[in-house]
Amino acid sequence: MSKIFDPRKNYEETKKAIGYVNRKDATQADYDRIGFMSGLEVHQQLKTKEKLFCNCPAGKFQKPDDYHAEIIRHMRPTLSELGEYDGTALMEFKTRKEIVYRLKHETACTYEIDDTPPFKIDREALGIALEISLLSKFNIVGEVHITRKQYLDGSIPTGFQRTAILGVEGEIPLKNKKVRLIQLSIEEDSCREVSDIGHRRIYMTDRLGMPLIETVTYPDMVNPDEVMEAANYIRFLNRSTGKVRVGIGAGREDVNVSCTGGSRVEIKGVAHNKWIPELTHNECFRQWSLLQLRDKLLKSISNIDDWKIKSQELNYKDFNFPYPALKEAWEAEHKIIAIGLTGFHSALSHFTQPGRCFANEISERLKVIACLEHPNMTHSEQFYPDVSIDDLNRVSQLLGCNENDAILIIWGPADDMKTALETIEERCKMAFKGIPNETRKSISDGTTIFERVLPGADRMYPDTDSAPIPLESEYIDSLQKQLPVEVIDRYNQLKKWGVPEDCYHYIFRNNLVPIIERIVNEFKAEPVFVGTFFGHFLKNIQGKIKPVSEFNYEIIYGLFKFLHKEKINFLFAKEMLPMVYQHPKMEFSGVLDTMKFKKRQEEDICAPVVFLKERFKEVGKNKGETEKANWVMGQLRKQAIGNISLKELNSYIKKH
Amino acid sequence: MSEDFFQGYKGRALELLKKYNVRVWGTAEIETTRGKFAGTVLPRSENDDDLHIVLKIITGYNIGLDVVTITDMKEIGYKKANYKIPEKEFPFTDGFPAVKLIGTGGTIASRLDYRTGAVIPAFSPGELYGAVPELADVCNLTTEKLFAVFSENMGPEQYKKLAIAIGKEIENGIDGIIIGHGTDTLSHTAAALTFMVQNSPVPIVLVGSQRSSDRPSSDAALNLIHAATAAGHGDIAEVMVCMFGPTSDEYGFLHRGTRVRKMHSSYRSTFRTLSDTPLATISKKDGVRPIKKEYNHRRKDRNVIIKPYFEDKVSIVYYYPNMQPDIIDSLTDNGYRGIIIAGTGLGHINKPLYPAIERAAKKGVHIFMAVQTLYGFCHMYVYDTGRDLMAKGIIPAENFLPETAYIKLGWVLGQTDDPAEVKRLMMTPINDETTRREPYNGYLVYQGGVPEVEDFLKTFHK
Repeated sequence: MSKIFDPRKNYEETKKAIGYVNRKDATQADYDRIGFMSGLEVHQQLKTKEKLFCNCPAGKFQKPDDYHAEIIRHMRPTLSELGEYDGTALMEFKTRKEIVYRLKHETACTYEIDDTPPFKIDREALGIALEISLLSKFNIVGEVHITRKQYLDGSIPTGFQRTAILGVEGEIPLKNKKVRLIQLSIEEDSCREVSDIGHRRIYMTDRLGMPLIETVTYPDMVNPDEVMEAANYIRFLNRSTGKVRVGIGAGREDVNVSCTGGSRVEIKGVAHNKWIPELTHNECFRQWSLLQLRDKLLKSISNIDDWKIKSQELNYKDFNFPYPALKEAWEAEHKIIAIGLTGFHSALSHFTQPGRCFANEISERLKVIACLEHPNMTHSEQFYPDVSIDDLNRVSQLLGCNENDAILIIWGPADDMKTALETIEERCKMAFKGIPNETRKSISDGTTIFERVLPGADRMYPDTDSAPIPLESEYIDSLQKQLPVEVIDRYNQLKKWGVPEDCYHYIFRNNLVPIIERIVNEFKAEPVFVGTFFGHFLKNIQGKIKPVSEFNYEIIYGLFKFLHKEKINFLFAKEMLPMVYQHPKMEFSGVLDTMKFKKRQEEDICAPVVFLKERFKEVGKNKGETEKANWVMGQLRKQAIGNISLKELNSYIKKH
Repeated sequence: MSEDFFQGYKGRALELLKKYNVRVWGTAEIETTRGKFAGTVLPRSENDDDLHIVLKIITGYNIGLDVVTITDMKEIGYKKANYKIPEKEFPFTDGFPAVKLIGTGGTIASRLDYRTGAVIPAFSPGELYGAVPELADVCNLTTEKLFAVFSENMGPEQYKKLAIAIGKEIENGIDGIIIGHGTDTLSHTAAALTFMVQNSPVPIVLVGSQRSSDRPSSDAALNLIHAATAAGHGDIAEVMVCMFGPTSDEYGFLHRGTRVRKMHSSYRSTFRTLSDTPLATISKKDGVRPIKKEYNHRRKDRNVIIKPYFEDKVSIVYYYPNMQPDIIDSLTDNGYRGIIIAGTGLGHINKPLYPAIERAAKKGVHIFMAVQTLYGFCHMYVYDTGRDLMAKGIIPAENFLPETAYIKLGWVLGQTDDPAEVKRLMMTPINDETTRREPYNGYLVYQGGVPEVEDFLKTFHK
């Protein structure tokens, strides 16, 4: 271990060697070079009164510490089709997690804890999901079969999610292409995690069982922006029904990414679509980088089939470890074990994602699979070493390692060490093959961490507790008749109206086209004005003011209706908006009173024009006609708004 | 018999499959008025309609297609599924107790056929080892499938066969016996075995599961591990039911076979001991921990007594207001020899039934009174009506559970018809089917909403 080696330099060099570029600077050519490929699984909660398979209310939430009872379950793997346990199953069983569910009377019954079979599917949810299936151009099935999809992480107390396909083979239009859709399913939502520490994972059951749909796309997207565009389109389409939930957690994306020669990796539960570009960009490069690492390892290690880790328990007292985590481990009577990775020199500090390297891949698995809490590992290629070179050299000697090897030191409860060592060996051997199939958790900085092994395909089987549900053609036809206008048509409508593009996202996100349409049609308002009223003015105010009671968009409709009835110019809506938004319950006439608005005739407002023009001669000195008109306008503006359009006033000023 | 290519399909769906030459297990492309679908044609459940064809699509999900919408079908491949549970030899460990698992038909351990969804039972030691490997850390297990019936079809014939089989195992030197059983009538069988297998030197543990073992959160594996521990290592040599204590995966209860009852249609913790405490708790960590101080201890000898008797013509009558006498008359006229009445309150029925009771008693029908309150004693001396009934020939059955009283009366009448002997046998407890004392903590049916109960629920796992 005496060779002088700079891990940071190695990190930078490997980053450069794979051709990593920042997303801002990346071009389609970069993505084509590494073979960027991505598909989406878009989850959307439906706005129903009750949960999908029981009669508990949907959309009521609890706080983590607010519960009435707890129950405990352990998830056992069941045999797969080939008589073997699948990857996730085995991993979850290895972790031997105790799963705790926190129940609250208001949101959970015996169904949530799997002590009662399912009730009949919620028809309201089924109807909404079918509407969305039709909007997404899916081929609708003739009969719905409830299927069980196994989840052993405990996020569903039964150990499986009840889910059913409603349609296959749909499509959505993006700006420049069509994206094909694989399927749409209706399913029950899972528990919300409270914590996951050591061998104990805690969940709340409030969200569990709420109706959810999942729209799955083909991996048709070839760059990060396209992935976001598709995610947004699907989200807007879902919202265009007005029958889905909005707010934190109501819409979540699982994003599948791979590069050429890579594997399908699923980034789970992305809550904000704007995170998607950075996440997919980094994931694709992570895979690309791991492939480079594989090639490097295959060159330096001759016999990968016989490759094994070396390990040696350390006696804390034999060393001079300054690292507090090691001292704590010793005090807690935990085991401290050194591991030698033959031929892995410079692999640990090999770049994987911005700010992360291959060592993180191991450390993250130790946390999830062996239940070792962070920090759980230190190693020979730290940017800031936790262990002195002297100690590292002695450990190296103990292990019989040389300068081509890398060293890890791990610590934790004795019972977990066997799994920990297996985990390390497993992950290192995976590096010879390339990229493990896994699900990863998104971090707000655009990177991801290991979450679970990706489950195999064999985890689906029919739900013997429920009968198939026929979907008669008359029913589907009746749904077809009440569908909202398609998002793409609405997009074209906004364009035709001349509403500026920067309003679209806000308008679609909040499903405002129907309201805009009503205001335009019923009160003959200018579409551009109404569009920008929402997309600019309201959006702007929402960022600045907090309403005192709950605001909704119908209030804006009401405002235009009021102005129309009172024959007040719509421009005045803009003046009223801050107060209307802040006090959603205040009557509009009250707002006018507070603003000291006076209804005046056009002649009254225009009367002082000639007089003011005279005055300008004193005020404005030698300025020209334009300045004069502007000054007069400024004097009358306040009285004018709401009574006469500024355009009319302006031309009056110019004429007189 | 020729192969059935259209498993479960009938009527219009069958016609369509035949018309287009598409078989079950065939990979098919199907054109419909709702678009194109592709997948493997699956068998259809017999009870479902004849208007849909079931497909497993490539993503693993099942869907149904409406035959009315189908315009064309084409079979492009065929692959019949054929699955077997993997067998691994159950390891023999020197010094471990020998435990026999007797199967009655319920699925204790099983796995799913992912294509049909059918449950394939795991039963041989090798299969069980594949499904619940922890068993090998507890005992040396052998198995025997005695019969294959659903819980609700268990009856006197099966009780007798079981008792005889148990007797043989004990003679052959087994250290403990597990009986795998569906849960619906688990307690009936437990009662029957208590009477038929007396003085057992080893534990006889009945076990089932409330969630089938193909589910990751099933109670089956833990129940089975608990049962193997109780049978192989426990000191309580009685007929017991071993099922979840709380609904949480924490510990199980061992219930005396005569005082146990299924109390919830679907909970895991459905089995409760009534009017008494359970015999013991059982957990992986602590093994068998007796709650009751008095029980029959494990012995070295093999002096078991097998009494495989049962009279079929016995019934339970669950009394309700306005019950008509012809209910009793019809039993009498149909040759019933014993009736357990589950009476109201302390053990009552209405006056209009009196003549029918008298008539039955005169014809030699043995009538015992249990209580439909389930908890507590039958006290027929408290009111006149009770005393009248006794005068007419009804014998109060103390704190017998109605189902246990039914099983015991059947067993007694299988041996004698002499009224005095019937009464003596019935009212001489073999293992707490009636108890002389009811402990104050034998009746604990708490009600939610009360602050102290809510505190309890929040503190301890239900």
